Order: sequence, then structure tokens, then C-alpha cells
Amino acid sequence: MGPLVPDIIGYELNLVIAIFIGMAFGFILEQAGFSSSRKLVGLFYGYDFTVLRVFFIAGVTAMLGIIALNHFGLLDMSLVYINPTFLWSAIVGGVIMGLGFVIGGFCPGTSVCAAAIGKIDAFLFIAGSMLGVWLFAEGYPLWEALYKSANWGYVQMFTTLGISSSLFAFLLTAMAVSAFWAVSLIEKKVSGHPGVELRHKRFYIICSLAALALGLAAFRMPDRKQMMLHYAETADHTNVALMSVDELAFRLIDQDDRLQIFNVISDEDADSLILPRSTMVTLESLFDRDMEQKLALSKSLNVFVAGDEAPALRAAILAQRLGHENIYVLQGGLDQFRRNILHFMPPTTGTPYEWPDALRFRQQASMMLPPLVAEYKRSLTGVPVKKERKRVLGGC
Amino acid sequence: MAENKYMNSYLAGVLLGLTLLITLYITGRGLGASGAFKSAAVAAVHTIAPDHAAEASFYREYTTDHPDHPLKNWLVFEVIGVIMGAFISGLISNRLILTMEHPPKTKIKVRAAGAIIGGALFGFGAQLGRGCTSGAALTGMAVMSTGGIITMLAIFGGAYAFAYFFRKLWI
Repeated sequence: MGPLVPDIIGYELNLVIAIFIGMAFGFILEQAGFSSSRKLVGLFYGYDFTVLRVFFIAGVTAMLGIIALNHFGLLDMSLVYINPTFLWSAIVGGVIMGLGFVIGGFCPGTSVCAAAIGKIDAFLFIAGSMLGVWLFAEGYPLWEALYKSANWGYVQMFTTLGISSSLFAFLLTAMAVSAFWAVSLIEKKVSGHPGVELRHKRFYIICSLAALALGLAAFRMPDRKQMMLHYAETADHTNVALMSVDELAFRLIDQDDRLQIFNVISDEDADSLILPRSTMVTLESLFDRDMEQKLALSKSLNVFVAGDEAPALRAAILAQRLGHENIYVLQGGLDQFRRNILHFMPPTTGTPYEWPDALRFRQQASMMLPPLVAEYKRSLTGVPVKKERKRVLGGC
Repeated sequence: MAENKYMNSYLAGVLLGLTLLITLYITGRGLGASGAFKSAAVAAVHTIAPDHAAEASFYREYTTDHPDHPLKNWLVFEVIGVIMGAFISGLISNRLILTMEHPPKTKIKVRAAGAIIGGALFGFGAQLGRGCTSGAALTGMAVMSTGGIITMLAIFGGAYAFAYFFRKLWI
């Protein structure tokens, strides 16, 4: 599951990959004509909307791609760098950049492309940019307050607007398609000759419809996590295998290495009993990579437990939906485990020799298990070492 | 041989979008450019005035966030790639030529001053806005970041607002 850095691709190799990614980036920008300041600035004077087309379609393509990758569980968006939102610096910085754009005729990426093919004005723009960075650095204390004010964190636009990500994606796609048609009309008016859309109308109408269909597809691809959690709440749970308290007790005493216990903590239920071989989980934490790896261990017996059966069943259904096998739920929950095993009350009639086998086993287990539980608890001293997973550090 | 024409904008857009998507999938971060300018500027200050770089708060914060040498940075390597990619593109499309591009009615000196001043404004603004058209606007739109989209609207909105006053530079 992506992103591949840092687990599959290391830091140093990532730098090599950066060169190849940059080559594709530079090649495409130059091929699109972004190495010419006059072409770039055409956007602001209505004679050439190349920038809008390339830029908008690239953003929408990548956005829809991310939604699809996320939906199919191929990209973990909680690890991807989301540009942080600092409201005022975003606005003021953006307006200054806009001013720089109309005066300088480039933006940083395009100036590099233009310099690479020998545009002297681009070299000057780059030199100017370094000067601008240096000015910002030297005067940093003066604008530090503005730079750090109104920190909204790593928030996404659909959250800010209070709509679903699918709706936002569709609206942005629809906006892009309408903008393309609108600017082709403006371009024709300003420059006098019709652009490629108007000359091959039929083809571009089909393309527009295809783009809108892709935008609509976003509705079929809700956020994977939300969808799965919803499934776990509502799905039929008669297909989940149950494990009896006696079997669990037996496997614990037997020290069965295949046994993995998942103690499900939920809003309504957080049982404090820590059995050996148990891990505390929430429904959300089942999506973590570490947990996925643990659940995917071959031949393991994954038993979900909770005070009551219901939360454990939800977690088990989710685990099955995530593609894991050998999932069990403790029958009757930890409450029954306590009642029947740990706090076993021998029947008042008859001697142990006259009891059924199950009761004799429970009596034995009630003597053998508590020391194992206590020993396990002692071994847990200190905070467990958890591999920390951070968002990738990105941005400019 | 005549200059080759530019690629269809929509095709270029889709290709650029796929490049960005692959970048996000592999590295978990998007494309960028102004960050490399920052690295280069910081590296220059470190070399020319190391005492100053150790003192001033901006450079100190930068060193805390990026403990490696300022040039050992993902965006620096990416921009090296951009130079190579654009050069190859210019080579095969026959656009490699050392020239000062300026509109016919604009003097070379004016265009040169515009490029430097515009660059300085862009460099400054990109620091304040935490990224430029690539890092904040394009990547921000792809990951649907509120800050990125606001920066994008501010860049293009600002440019349109000021365009009228600088029309003599271009038309």
C-alpha cells in the first residue's frame, strides 16, 4: 500500500527517484509550452489559456486518481502530505505571487524549464526568486506572526465546506470542464481564431462527457475507511466463526503460538482484562499497517474479544472485510470467560469425579490461568515500543 | 528545421496529472519548485555567512526541520530532473536557443527588470504561502488541501487583479 516511501523505498533511493520524477515534470511542462513567459501570461490577458487547461486538468486527474487509489486501499491518505492551512499567509502569499506572476511572467517551476532551454529572462527570474527568498529569510521576524497565524492544520477543502469528498471532487471536475469551454470562447474572441476545441467540437464534447462521468464515479468511491466502518456496523454477522470460552482457555494454557487475541475497545465497551497474547485494538486501528501485518500472519488464529460479543463481532466483520482470514469471536465475550473460567464456581452437588468433563476442565483452568494472566501483566512493564508513522514531510 | 508545435494542452494536463499521482503514490508528497530555490538560497547563506546562518531565526528553524545539508533535499533533486527533462524536451522539439524573450513593444531592459522584480516577489510570496504554483496550488488541489486551494485562488485572483496595471509589459 502506498506511499512506498519510507518502508519500501528508502530515503536515498527516493532522491534518485526525485530526479526521474523531475524529468517527467520538466519534460511535460516544456512540451506544453510553459517555457515561454508570453504564453504563460496569456492567461491573464485572454489570448492563451494553455496554463489553465494544463493546470486544471492535471489537478483534477491527480485528485480523481487519489480518490480511486484511496477507495481501493492502495494509498493511505493519512500518510500523504496535505499542505497545511495557514489562512492569512496563504492569501497574502498567494496575492504577492500573483503580482510576481504578471510582472515576471513565470512561476518557479516554469522558470526552471525556460532556463533549461536557454531563456535569459528565466535566468533573471530565478535570480530574482533567490533574492526574494533571501529577503523573506532576513526579515523573517517582521512577518513571522503573519506566517504562523490562523493555523487550521492539515484540513481538506471538503471538510472546510462541510460537504462530502465525492461531491467536492465532482464539483471541481464540472467546474474544470465548464471553464475549458468558456475560455475557448474567450480565446476565440480575443485572438480571432478558434482553438482546437471549436475546430474538433465533437471529439471534445465526448471528452467533456467522459470527464464528467469520471467525476460522477467519485460518488461510487466513498472514502474507503468510512465505507468499511459502515459495513462493519450494518453487515450480517452470522458468518463469523465463534470460539468457545473453553477453547480459548485451552489454547491459552496450551500456549498455542498461533493464537492472537484482539481486545476490542469501543465507545460502549472497554474491558480491562488483559489476556496473554492480546493486543488492544479499536475499529480504526485495524486499518493501521502494523495491525494489518499482524492479522495477515499465516496460520494465525485471530480471536476478537470484548466484554460483550457485539463490539468484537463488528471488529471481526471489519477484519474479514479487509481480507483477513481465520477470524474468530469469543462466544459470550470476556464476561462469560470470567464467569465460566477465571471465576469458576464449582457446582454445589457431587464431587469433581461426578461432574461433566467440561466442568472439570473449567476447574483446572480456573487454577492455571490466573497466574498466566498475572505473569503476562508483569511482563508488560514499560510502554510498548510502537513504530511511529508520520505524515510525509513535503511542500516547498 | 522549424520549431515544433506544443503538445495538446489537455494531453499535457493528463500526463502532468498522472506524473503527480505517481509521485504522491511513491513518495507520499507532491511536486514542487520554490522549495529548491529556498534550499539553494539557504545553502548560499550558509556558505557565505555561516555565523549569520547560525544566528538568524529563519535559518535556525530551517536547520531544525532539515538536519541534512540544505542541498540534500528531495526538491533539489527533483528540480535537477526538471532541468534535464525540459532540456531534453527543448532538444527534441528544436527549441534550444539562448535568447531573451520579450514582447515586440517591450524593451529588453524593461523585460529584464520585470523578470528580476517579478521573481523576487514570487520567491517572497512562495515562502509566505508555503509553496508556489506547483507545491501549493497544483499539489494542494490534487490532495484537496484547503490551504493549497486558497493559495491557488489567491495566486490567480491576484494575477488577474494586477494584470490591467502591467498590460504594457505584455500587449
